[in-house]
Amino acid sequence: MTEETVELKLPSRIEAIGEAAASVADAARRLGFAEDALFGIDLAVREAVTNAVLHGNRQDENVPVEIGMSGTDEGLTVTVRDRGEGFDLSHLPDPTAEENILKASGRGILFMRTFMDEVAWERPAGGGTLVRMTKKK
Amino acid sequence: MAELNIRERQAGDVTILDLEGKITIGEGNVALRSAIRRLVSEGKKKVLLNLSGVSYMDSSGIGELVSSHTTISREKGQLKMLGLGEKIKELLVITKLLTVFDTYSDEPSALNSFQ
Repeated sequence: MTEETVELKLPSRIEAIGEAAASVADAARRLGFAEDALFGIDLAVREAVTNAVLHGNRQDENVPVEIGMSGTDEGLTVTVRDRGEGFDLSHLPDPTAEENILKASGRGILFMRTFMDEVAWERPAGGGTLVRMTKKK
Repeated sequence: MAELNIRERQAGDVTILDLEGKITIGEGNVALRSAIRRLVSEGKKKVLLNLSGVSYMDSSGIGELVSSHTTISREKGQLKMLGLGEKIKELLVITKLLTVFDTYSDEPSALNSFQ
């Protein structure tokens, strides 16, 4: 059985977003995910790390964003952890609602939920927010 | 090489921006924002974005398309889009923006649609 893991601890800057997405997508490619799924995995990781860097850690380069991935032939799980105060999911506006459709931001979580099979948020011991995303083959 | 390359050409009073690369947070979305602002400041308000060379876009890129649309509309101009790849189109369907943006698959039809 093929197994892949990724563990990254990156400073909270914009460049971390592409680096994290590329590392996870490369590992997913080695696991044999199809191109269509790879697009979604790359995008979901990008959005999760963007949220962590911009909103969670507020681009404080002294605060790390931690990315983990473990996968097998059957599927993969990605975690992205920031050190922010978190947010209330129930208060997130629907970006596809008529009053929000022309807003410039607020679509990242929609993409994460669309392209991954499961997306869940946790408040780990030690603080911050961790998002866990799974994708089956 | 820049993440997003933008080439500008003119067809009558329509300015065509040929975009090539990725429109993502950081370099790509900033390049598009700068180009649109410059066109508006030059009074060029009929703009066709040729996206056929755009291979990838994230939510920031989608947000930049929305901002471009809003900026041009506010100036009583017209922004249209050409050559959306399958994946970009999928993102616009998910976000319901395909119903908001004026999109075309070929350049003559897009140019003829400007008033």
